[in-house]
Amino acid sequence: MRSSAMRDLMAVTARPEVISLAGGLPDTSTFPPKSFAAQMTRIAQESAAEALQYGPTEGFEETKDCILQVMGAEGMLPEPEDIIVTTGGQQAIDLVCKTLVDPGDVVICEAPTYPGAVPVFCSYQADVVQIECDAYGMRVEDLEGTLARLAAEGRRPKFVYSVPSFQNPAGVTMSFERRLRLVELARQHELLVVEDSPYGLLRYSGEPLPPLYQLDGGDFVIYIGTFSKILSPGIRLGWAVAPPPVMEKIVLGKQASDLCTSTLTQYFVREYFAEGRWREYIESLVGIYRERRDTMLESLREHFPAQATWTEPEGGLFIWATLPEYIDTSDLLAKALREDVAFVPGQAAYVDGRGRNSMRLNFSGVDGGEIREGVRRIGKVISEQVELYEALTGEQAVAPPRDDAEDTNVLPFRKTGEA
Amino acid sequence: MKVAVLKGGRSLERGVSLRSGARVEEALERLGHEVVSLDAGADLVKRLTAERPDVAFVAMHGPGGEDGTAQELLEILGVPFTGPGVAACARCMDKVLAKHELRAAEVPTPDWFAFNETAFRELGAADALGGIEERLGFPLVVKPSRGGSALGVKFAAAASEVPAALVSAFSYDDRVLLERFVEGRELAVSVLGGEALPIVEAIPTGGDRYDFEARYEIGRTAFACPADLSEADTVAVTEAALAAYEALGCAGFSRVDLILAEDGPQVLEVNAIPGLTDTSLLPQAAEAAGLSFEQLVEKILDLALNPTAA
Repeated sequence: MRSSAMRDLMAVTARPEVISLAGGLPDTSTFPPKSFAAQMTRIAQESAAEALQYGPTEGFEETKDCILQVMGAEGMLPEPEDIIVTTGGQQAIDLVCKTLVDPGDVVICEAPTYPGAVPVFCSYQADVVQIECDAYGMRVEDLEGTLARLAAEGRRPKFVYSVPSFQNPAGVTMSFERRLRLVELARQHELLVVEDSPYGLLRYSGEPLPPLYQLDGGDFVIYIGTFSKILSPGIRLGWAVAPPPVMEKIVLGKQASDLCTSTLTQYFVREYFAEGRWREYIESLVGIYRERRDTMLESLREHFPAQATWTEPEGGLFIWATLPEYIDTSDLLAKALREDVAFVPGQAAYVDGRGRNSMRLNFSGVDGGEIREGVRRIGKVISEQVELYEALTGEQAVAPPRDDAEDTNVLPFRKTGEA
Repeated sequence: MKVAVLKGGRSLERGVSLRSGARVEEALERLGHEVVSLDAGADLVKRLTAERPDVAFVAMHGPGGEDGTAQELLEILGVPFTGPGVAACARCMDKVLAKHELRAAEVPTPDWFAFNETAFRELGAADALGGIEERLGFPLVVKPSRGGSALGVKFAAAASEVPAALVSAFSYDDRVLLERFVEGRELAVSVLGGEALPIVEAIPTGGDRYDFEARYEIGRTAFACPADLSEADTVAVTEAALAAYEALGCAGFSRVDLILAEDGPQVLEVNAIPGLTDTSLLPQAAEAAGLSFEQLVEKILDLALNPTAA
């Protein structure tokens, strides 16, 4: 386990007066309470005894029907027996590691990667290798080199973990060509790919891209999904789809961990989907988040100094901003907290101490007014540090070129065009 | 006895403080005391007034709880409290002030220069950096003056690394110090009621220097207690620690951090309210002296209620 300092800093971000752009919280305030009450009442009246009972380790067939609808909306058609319902997508990551990773095994992921996956990989003592991302997601061409290097060392990675769509934390989306290439590499090397896709349906601009699972047909791709971002994280419902030999072990692991996923919340999801308005609700979320993303991008342009760059996501919940190298965002967070605003320091998304001058900003959890104020406050503390550095060195730090559409080789970058 | 445990607060060490506080509360309950758990916030004075505890156990770390602020309030309310008083807390929290006091009392501490942000922004202090670096040599240590733990402490191996280190340190406080790096063994002497407990040595297991991360993480740093020191070194280190404790006016308990260099001990800082978590150094030292955590907590309470009985 690592990063207790970060944990301690994050403990302070939970103060109520802090505008937190640190979390990954979806907005649950627009979920209609009446419909919530009606669904729970129906469960209580019609199936109290069953809803309060244990359920199957793999999850209820009815829950899997809902999952098939969600995956179907993105063009995927898995077999129900390849699906396991988990306690959030997080447990799915944990179970996959539990099933596949022995201490010292290589796990490949993106750089930066989902900060919540880092402690999971570390707790199974994986040797984590990170592949750089750029504006089009993981640089799959770099992955090829890494696979060759590992093969030369006689090491076989257990899997490649990727969030291809609206990546957490970078906000970037893997291009179609790279998706094809990744799936091809997986087949060629008989290498498992773990596709974590919590935000697939939360697209605000651009054209949808096929999930890796769809391109591969489920032979080498393990898919992880969740109801957290399209319904509620509080119900702790996620799932994994895996080929049968892997699934068998995942089920055993799940049994050992917690026997089964909450029956009550699975019943809730069933009732909710039976109403048939789940697409509508996602559409309403997409409307809200699109506006918040645009507000954050606009605020960044207004309040962040010229030396800062950031990504422009087409969906999801996060923007990744990068500052001059002399700014350590963990220290910056201490300063920002005095202004009652918080973000996630970039270091949390790396296993090797990189990312120190980057930060993850969330735009889904707070409203437009708070986004504007939060970004203004962060911009202020960054500007103070930039000025101080310039006073200390007597030099004007050189700002990177702005609005250079070609400069998309590595994060950080700023993309022009549609937002 | 009714004991209020003050913990949490707004400092960056809130997390550590909550862990210290929780552990103290468990011990107090096992000792049969009535525990009032107070996460220090806007209602602190109201709650203390309503609860009227016999004594307050201050388990707060960092500015706000360890710098005399909470202690001042407790004095006004007439509630006896554990650990050092207002003035000692204020002196310990401000490393620059503490180092001046140590120098005045002829307690060895590494050479340093201190600046506030205004000096750099308005008085061109950057032009003095070259001279400072020449006097202190490399590597040098850059620290925020007020700030607990090792938060914002950076090592600069060369002149080019100093500006970024200063920017980091200024994130925590508007005054920072540049300090000569002293090579040596890292030691901590916990003082309980004016008496030194066995010396703890921190031995980094990774390549990392002793930092905030390692400080609270099992496995990142190995601790030896009592430290394997010669008789003469033990005496010299203990004497320096007690002199520092005295010079800053500490009472009850505190922890003195030192480096044992080739030419003797150098005091880095004094923690007015050291951590009491299960990886903290004071409880380890107490255990080496034959005191269980409960006995340690009871002793700290006694010292708060009968300061002269030490």
